[in-house]
Amino acid sequence: MISGLIQRLEKIVGSRFVSGAAEELYLYSMDPGTMPQAYPDAVALPKTVEEVAQIVRLAGELKVPVVPMGAGLVLSGLTRALRGGIILDMKRMNRIIAVNPMSRYAVVEGGASQGMLQAFLKKHHPSLKHSMPDAPPIATMAGNMCIHGSGHLSLLGGSHSDMLTGMEVVLPTGEIIRTGSCSVSPDWFGRSPLPDLSGLFLGWAGTTGIVTKLGIKLFPNYAFNDMLIFVCEDADAMPDVISRLTGVQVAEDMTPWMTPKPDWAKGFLHINIAFGAHSKKELTFKRNLLQASVRHYIDQKTAGFLPLPPTQKGRFLKVPSPDLARFADLRRGGGFEYVGAMMAIEHFPEAYRAGLAIAEKFQVSYSLGARIIGAGHAMMFFFAYAFNRADDDDVRRASLALEATNEAAINMGGIPWKAEMPVQRQIIERMDPETFALMGRIRSVLDPNGIMNPGNWEK
Amino acid sequence: MKPIAFDPALCAGCTTIDCLMKCQYLNFCGIDDARTEKLSINEGRDSRVLHECLTCYACQEYCPYDNNPFYLLVERQEEKGLLPAPRPILEEQLRMMAPKGRIEKKAVTAPVVDMCAFPMLTACIRGRLFENASTIVGTDIFCNIMWLHFARNSVIQERVPEAIGKIMAFYMGDAKTNELVCFHDECYGTYTSVAKAYGISVPFKPVHLFDYINRRLDTLSGRINPLNQKIAYQRPCSNRLSPETDRVLDEIFKKIGVERVPRTYDRQKALCCGGVPRAHQRDELADELVEKNISDMQKTGAAYCVFNCPFCMATLGMEVAERGLMPILVSDLVQLALGE
Repeated sequence: MISGLIQRLEKIVGSRFVSGAAEELYLYSMDPGTMPQAYPDAVALPKTVEEVAQIVRLAGELKVPVVPMGAGLVLSGLTRALRGGIILDMKRMNRIIAVNPMSRYAVVEGGASQGMLQAFLKKHHPSLKHSMPDAPPIATMAGNMCIHGSGHLSLLGGSHSDMLTGMEVVLPTGEIIRTGSCSVSPDWFGRSPLPDLSGLFLGWAGTTGIVTKLGIKLFPNYAFNDMLIFVCEDADAMPDVISRLTGVQVAEDMTPWMTPKPDWAKGFLHINIAFGAHSKKELTFKRNLLQASVRHYIDQKTAGFLPLPPTQKGRFLKVPSPDLARFADLRRGGGFEYVGAMMAIEHFPEAYRAGLAIAEKFQVSYSLGARIIGAGHAMMFFFAYAFNRADDDDVRRASLALEATNEAAINMGGIPWKAEMPVQRQIIERMDPETFALMGRIRSVLDPNGIMNPGNWEK
Repeated sequence: MKPIAFDPALCAGCTTIDCLMKCQYLNFCGIDDARTEKLSINEGRDSRVLHECLTCYACQEYCPYDNNPFYLLVERQEEKGLLPAPRPILEEQLRMMAPKGRIEKKAVTAPVVDMCAFPMLTACIRGRLFENASTIVGTDIFCNIMWLHFARNSVIQERVPEAIGKIMAFYMGDAKTNELVCFHDECYGTYTSVAKAYGISVPFKPVHLFDYINRRLDTLSGRINPLNQKIAYQRPCSNRLSPETDRVLDEIFKKIGVERVPRTYDRQKALCCGGVPRAHQRDELADELVEKNISDMQKTGAAYCVFNCPFCMATLGMEVAERGLMPILVSDLVQLALGE
């Protein structure tokens, strides 16, 4: 413990919002995934951007690491203090600052949660919605944005980082800067036409700065919503199926899933397709377009849409989906982690077969799936494993499966998403050396004291 | 596979070919065209009917000779591998509805009500209408008639005797009653019409829900408060297998004081609810059927849309409610009249 750290943090945020207590440091030493614990020296919960800046300046002075944290749900241990220091828990900075209904964006603080914005829009702007990830509603928007998350509108709007319109960031040296239109104008409408500095903080695992505000795109919240479940028996057909379904550009979300439970689903490949409209007529039109796009497979009788009566569709239209949470508790004991790998659509069959083989080899409970990003531009293919945290052997097998999955994903040309520290190193090994060198130069310029979440994106 | 009860000579002597000529979904260029198609089906040759059939069961009712035209048609579809629905859809449903072995012996008392595979419907069995009733339910006793919609008579032949065996071994074998009240038309159709056509032995006496309710209303007549409402009835496909019970339903409606409004699409001209065509990937046809049904009901000024088939209700119920009619099951409507 650095002498006087707690007291100096208390002076900045108040004694109620700093802790060095063992039981609290224990809770902040891990996330729900399989990464080993790493203890911070202190936890601080700032309320304002000025407090964040003061903490960062203090950390720089003391050469103490700073690890920004949203809800701590990343599962790959990115918010663990690998070299000790301060965990900056952003949950108190949770205001919804503004909503622009005409230009369809919201400005929120860095600790505002997905659930808060969803509830706020439902109450005050029911004609608008944002792209919710299938994470617990306490997940923060800034956290999800910074890891290039995706969600229920990703087919429409791409990765969540593509829906970012601008940011306020506290740099590792304590300056407060803005990216996007808000750096010039009072409006947070977008990142163009300026040099796009937002990328300095997206995908860096908190090693370049602390996001204290962000603008995010909003979308029409349709009055009429429907969903289809496409079922296919042939993994090799999936890239073409996805290409056809996305090609008509009417769906908001498309999530393939393959799971051994329930029994009836084993061996089949499903795609949940959500779409909405302003009228029933438009909704039917969109459904017909989607169905027509894959008529070729239907006529061959090799695939089709599950007949779901309207009364059974409600659970599939819930946002976020409750199904992943249900699977997460399959083994009881609170353990759940997955490898999500961004990759091109054509690798779907390979990824599916690799997932099955790994689950079989390590005897783990699995659920495979994907979220299609953009109009079929990429996918986040996930290999999810549930395990019982109280069962050491279960945890060990899940860890081995995750390790093997990361390797398989990289080998097939994918890139593990929100990669944990060891996987970051695997990625770096494959990365163009000049690219990695540039990352290092950027980091040393932004963070001369090397205090921001050290241990990440390092060889 | 046992052959179904079918006599080609009866078809050869048929002068009307009602099975096809009355079909509401297929058109024929006159009776000779229909006869040609029917002959092709009978002789095991290909026919466009095998490809285009909606599987609404209606021809089973239209045939004046009870010569099982629909069962034969489905059998031919299966023989030729003509799947009305894509393979994965069929396979997943076969697994969903397969017997799970989750059945335990329990003592049952009359009336014993067969809720088929649908536990969510057991809440309908309540009040004086079903006083002292025992219910049996689960995929192990599923009637399996739905496979008629999927060209899988073989599954019916395989699973129905098993289900009957379980009903006897786990419930009815030790019961003091031989009557099994079928909540759903499909179960009754299975244990009467299908069983007869395939020579499957049924050791209990199936009782149609309408017969049970009708009898019960006689006992409870003093408690009936006539509803004085107009209702539109959505006759299900499986009632085609026991058309005599449709007249019993009229008696029930009369006893509870509701008027079954004349609809274009009722009785023999009842239209499919639209559920099965969706499984067959014919959504645009399904939309058309939904629209025809509901606009037909709306024209009558009925306050309720009454269902006896839970699947029809699941398919049409929300849309019916959005269009201003109250969707309700027959048994719930009767309980309304009984003040329950």
